[in-house]
Amino acid sequence: MNNRSKSGKAGLSVTRGACYLVLAVLCFLCLFFFYMLLINSSRNTYQIQQGFSFLPGKSFVVNLKNLLKNANIPVLSGIYNSLVVSALTALLASYFSALTAYGIYAYDFRFKKAAFTVILLIMMMPTQISAVGFVNQMQAMGLRNSLIPLFLPSIASPIVFFFMKQYLDSNMPMEIVEAARIDGSGEFHTFNTIVLPIMKPAMAVQAIFTFVTAWNNFFIPALLIDKSDKKTLPILIAQLRSADFLKFDMGQVYMMVTIAIIPVIIIYLILSKYIVRGVALGGVKG
Amino acid sequence: MNAESTPKKRKRSRYTKWGYLFISPFFIVFIVFSLIPLCSTIYYSFFQYYRQGLKIIGPTFTGMANYVKLFQADLPNYLGNTLLIWFIGFVPQIIISLLLAAWFTNQRLNLRGQGFFKTVIYMPNLIMASAFAMLFFALFSDNGPVNGSLVSLGIFSQPFRFLASIAGTRGLISFMNFLMWFGNTTILLMAAIMGVDPGLYEAAEIDGASSNQMFWRITIPLIRPIMAYVLVTSLIGGLQMFDVPQILTNGSGNPDRSATTMIMYLNNHMYSKNYGMAGAVSTVLFLICAALCFLIYFMMTNKDGAAGNKKKRGVHG
Amino acid sequence: MKKARKITATLLAVAMMTGVMATASGCQSGPAASSAAPAASQEAANSEAPAAEGKTLNIWCWNDEFQSRFNDYYPEVKEVAGDKSTTTLNDGTVVKWTINPNDNNNYQNKLDQALLSQESAAADDKIDIFLVEADYALKYVDSEYTLDVKKDIGLTDSDLSNQYQYTQDIVTDKSGALKGTTWQATPGLFAYRRSIAKAVLGTDDPAKVQESLSDWDKFNSVAAQASAKGYKMLSGYDDSYRTFSNNVSAPWVTDTTATVDANLMNWVKQTKEYAQKGYNNKTSLWDDKWQADQGPSGKVLGFFYSTWGINFTLLGNSLKTPVAEGGKEEVGNGVYGDYAVCQGPQSYYWGGTWICGAKGSDNIGTIKNVMKSLTSDSTIMKKITTDTQDYTNNKEAMEEIANSDFKSAFLGGQNHIKLFAEVAPKIDMSNAGPYDQGMNESMQKCFKDYFDGTVDLEKAKANFEKTVKEKYPEITEIKWPS
Repeated sequence: MNNRSKSGKAGLSVTRGACYLVLAVLCFLCLFFFYMLLINSSRNTYQIQQGFSFLPGKSFVVNLKNLLKNANIPVLSGIYNSLVVSALTALLASYFSALTAYGIYAYDFRFKKAAFTVILLIMMMPTQISAVGFVNQMQAMGLRNSLIPLFLPSIASPIVFFFMKQYLDSNMPMEIVEAARIDGSGEFHTFNTIVLPIMKPAMAVQAIFTFVTAWNNFFIPALLIDKSDKKTLPILIAQLRSADFLKFDMGQVYMMVTIAIIPVIIIYLILSKYIVRGVALGGVKG
Repeated sequence: MNAESTPKKRKRSRYTKWGYLFISPFFIVFIVFSLIPLCSTIYYSFFQYYRQGLKIIGPTFTGMANYVKLFQADLPNYLGNTLLIWFIGFVPQIIISLLLAAWFTNQRLNLRGQGFFKTVIYMPNLIMASAFAMLFFALFSDNGPVNGSLVSLGIFSQPFRFLASIAGTRGLISFMNFLMWFGNTTILLMAAIMGVDPGLYEAAEIDGASSNQMFWRITIPLIRPIMAYVLVTSLIGGLQMFDVPQILTNGSGNPDRSATTMIMYLNNHMYSKNYGMAGAVSTVLFLICAALCFLIYFMMTNKDGAAGNKKKRGVHG
Repeated sequence: MKKARKITATLLAVAMMTGVMATASGCQSGPAASSAAPAASQEAANSEAPAAEGKTLNIWCWNDEFQSRFNDYYPEVKEVAGDKSTTTLNDGTVVKWTINPNDNNNYQNKLDQALLSQESAAADDKIDIFLVEADYALKYVDSEYTLDVKKDIGLTDSDLSNQYQYTQDIVTDKSGALKGTTWQATPGLFAYRRSIAKAVLGTDDPAKVQESLSDWDKFNSVAAQASAKGYKMLSGYDDSYRTFSNNVSAPWVTDTTATVDANLMNWVKQTKEYAQKGYNNKTSLWDDKWQADQGPSGKVLGFFYSTWGINFTLLGNSLKTPVAEGGKEEVGNGVYGDYAVCQGPQSYYWGGTWICGAKGSDNIGTIKNVMKSLTSDSTIMKKITTDTQDYTNNKEAMEEIANSDFKSAFLGGQNHIKLFAEVAPKIDMSNAGPYDQGMNESMQKCFKDYFDGTVDLEKAKANFEKTVKEKYPEITEIKWPS
C-alpha cells in the first residue's frame, strides 16, 4: 500500500507534467494566432511579405490611419452598426425571453404545453433555412438596408428562452409573486420590478452570449445590406477578402481583423468568469 | 410543467390572459420573421423562379423538378463535404475536451491555473468566424507567415500551398472549427462530470478501482447523455457551416468544390437569385434539421422526468 | 473588491462604446452639417443646375477609382467628407457613394436589386449614376434602366467627338442609343522589369524587347530563357487570360448556350505548360503573392496590364516604403523606375469603366455636368493623364501628349502614352457580352484546380459547367471546342 502510493505519487507528477504540456500546446495554439495578428497589424505590406517576425513593426498607427481613411472600408460606421445591432439584440433577446419564460412559468393557460413544445422543437432550427423567404419578405417590407431585421427577430430566441425557463424553474418562488398580487401590484409591474431582478444573473449571461453571436453574425446581414453606411463588421471583413481592386494593403487587412476581434476579447477578459460559468450552466440544461 | 401548478389552477385562471400576453411578442415575432419566411421558402421550392439579369423569370409551378435537379447535381456531395469537414473537426474536439475535462475535474491531479486555462481555451469561440477565417487565409497563404516559418525552419523545402490542396483546405476548416469549439465542449463536459454523484467515486475507490477504471466505468456512462447532446448540437452547428469556408475560399469552395458546404451551396443559389433552387436546398436542410430537432427534443423530455433533481443541481453548480 | 472590478469593467465598456459611437456619428454628421450653411448662397450662383434638382446624388460603383477621379477633377466639388463616404458639391448637392466589391458578380447582383426597386425608392435613395465595366456593360445598356446619354441627359455629338469609337460602341444599345460614357480608354500592354529583361534578353529597350515578344512562340521561348536564369515569365495563371479572352471569335452566350472559345483553351494549354515547367509563380490575380511579385522582392519578368493597372496597381506595388509611411514615388524606393512597357504578343484591353445615368434620377443636370466635365473636357482629361499617368478617353489630348516629351519616371523615362495611343484604336469589343464577368471569373477559378494539379482537365470542365449553371440558371448547355 505504502509502496503503491509512492509510485503513484511519482506517476502523478509525471502525469501532471504531461497535462501541463498538453495544456501549454493548446494555449499556444489559441494564443499564437492572435499574437501573429497583433504583430502583423503593426507592420507594412512590404515587411509582411518578407515573412513573419516576432517583433512588432512601427506601422501600427499608420495602418490604423490608413484603414480609417479608406473609403471602401467604412470601419467607424461598421463598428457603430455592429454595436447597435448587437446591443439591441442582447437587450431584446434577454428581456423578451425572460418575459416569455415567465409567461409560461407563472401562468396556466390552454396552449401552454403546446407553446412550450413548439419552442423546444424549433430551438435548434438554423436561421439559414428560411433565408430565401426572409430576404424576400424584408424586401417587400422595405427593410432592406435597414438594421431592423438584424435585431428585431431576436425577440424570439428559443435557446435564450429555454435557459431562462430553466433558471426560473429552480430560482423563482411563486410566493413572492403571490405576495405582490396581494399588495395590488399589476402583473406586468410585478414582472418588471420583482421577477426581473431575480433573473438578472441569467439575463446577464445570455445578454453576453447573444451580443457576441450578433456581433459575429455574417450570413443574413450579408444578404440584406449593401449600403456602405449600414454594413456591419463581418461584411467589411468579407469585403476585404474579395476586395480585388485595392492596392491590397496587408497591413490594413490585419488591422481590420484586429479591430473586429479585439473589442470582444477585451470584454471577454473582463467578464470571462461569468462567461465560463454561463457555458457550464447552459450545458447542463439537458 | 410544474408539479405544484395543478392545485392552484383555478386560483390562477383569472390571470390566464397575462400568460397569453407575455408570450405573444415571442410568437408574433417568430411567426413574422421565421415561420412565414420558412413557408414561402418551401412554397417557392416547387417553382421555377429566378432572375435573369434584370428580368424576373417565373414563378412557374414545376413540381419536384428542382428537387430532381438537386439530387442529380451534387447536393449529396455538398452534404458529404459538410459532414466530413465537421467530423474531422469533431473527433479531436470531443477527445481533447474529454481529456481536459477529466484532468480539470480530477481531484488527485489538482491542476493549478484552471481559471487561466479555461479562459484561454474558450476564447477562440468568441472570435468572429469571418475575421478568424480572414486571419487564417492571410497566415496560411502561399507566402504567409506560417509557410515562411516552415520554410525557414527547414521543415519544408518550399511553401506548402494549403489552399490549393483538398486536404489542406478541408484540414484548415476543420482545424478552425476544432479551435473554436473545443473550449466550449470542455466546459460543458466538466460541468457534466462535476454533476456526477461523488459517492460513486468514493465507493469505487474503496473497491480499489484505478482512476482509469473510474473514468471509463463511471464517468463516461453517466455523462453519455451530455455527450450525445454535444454531438447533436455540434452536428446541427456543423450543418450550418458557412462563414469559415466561405471566407477562406473566397466563396468558391474550391479546390474541386471540395470545401463547398450545404449553406455555401444555398448561398450560391441565393446569390444568383434563383429562389426556386435555393428554396429546394433550404427545404432539404429543413428536413434534416427537423429530424435532429426531434432527436434533441426527445433527449431532453426523456430526462425531464428522470433527472429532475440533477438538473436543479446543475443550475446551481 | 469584486464589486469594484465589476463596476470598473462596466464603466470601461460604456466609455468604449460611447467613445466609438461619438466618433462614428461625428464623422457622419460632420460634412452634412458644415455644408448646410453655404449651400443656399451657392445655389443662386450656379446657373448649370436646374431648380428642381434633387439634393442627393447617389453614385454606385465597385471601387474608389472613379471616386478619386471625381473628388480630384470634378470642378464643382466643394468638400469631401473625412471618411470619403460623401462629397459635397458647390450647389449643395451631396454625393453619396455606394461601393460594393465586384468579385463574384457581387456588384452586379446588388445593383440589380437596387435598380429593380428604383421606382418605389424615395427620391433621395434612387440611384442617379452607376458605373459599369466592359465585362457586363451590355446587360445594363440593353435594359430600360439606363438613360440615353444624348436624348435624356443632353450631351451633344460634338461633346463626344474626341472619344475613342470603341468606348461608344460597347455602350450603344440595339437601337443605336448611347447609354454611357467613359473617361478612360484601356488598351493593354506588357509591363516588364528592365533589370530582369537585361539579365534575360540583354536589353531593356522597349523596341527590342517587343521584338523578342511579338508573338506567342517567341514569348514562350523567352519564358524558357527566363526560367533558365532563375526568373519567372509571368506571376500567375490568369496573367495572360485577357490576351486570349479578348481575341475570341464569338460572345460567350447565345440564347441559352454558352460556348467556350477555342482561344480560351489555348490559354488553358499555355498556362498548364507554364505551371508544369515552372514558368509562372502559381499565383492568382489580386492575391497577395501576385502583388508581392510586382514589388521589390519579385522575380517575375512582366505583367499584362492595361492603362489603369500601371498607375493604379503596379506603381503602388513597386514601392518598398508605401506612400502612407512617408515613402516617395521616386527612383530608389523599391523598383520604381525599373518597369517599362511594350505591346506584347497580342493586342487586348482590360477593364474600363463607364458612367451611366439611371432611369428615375432627379439629378439630370448634375449627371450631364459630371459626364461633360469628366469624359469630354480636353483640359481636365489631359490633366488627369499628366497627373496620374492614366490613359484618358480623348484622342486629341492623348495624341498631344504622345507627341510631346512627356516622360514617365515610373517607367524609367518612357513615354508610355505613345504606345497606348498606337494600340488604343485597335481595340475591338464586338465580342463583349453581358455574361463576360461571371464567365471569365468561373473559367479562372475552375481551371486553377487544373493548373494546380488537383483535378484533371475533364473534371475542371465539369466544375466549370456546374459553376456557370449555378450562376446563370438560364444557361442550359455548355459547348466546348472540339
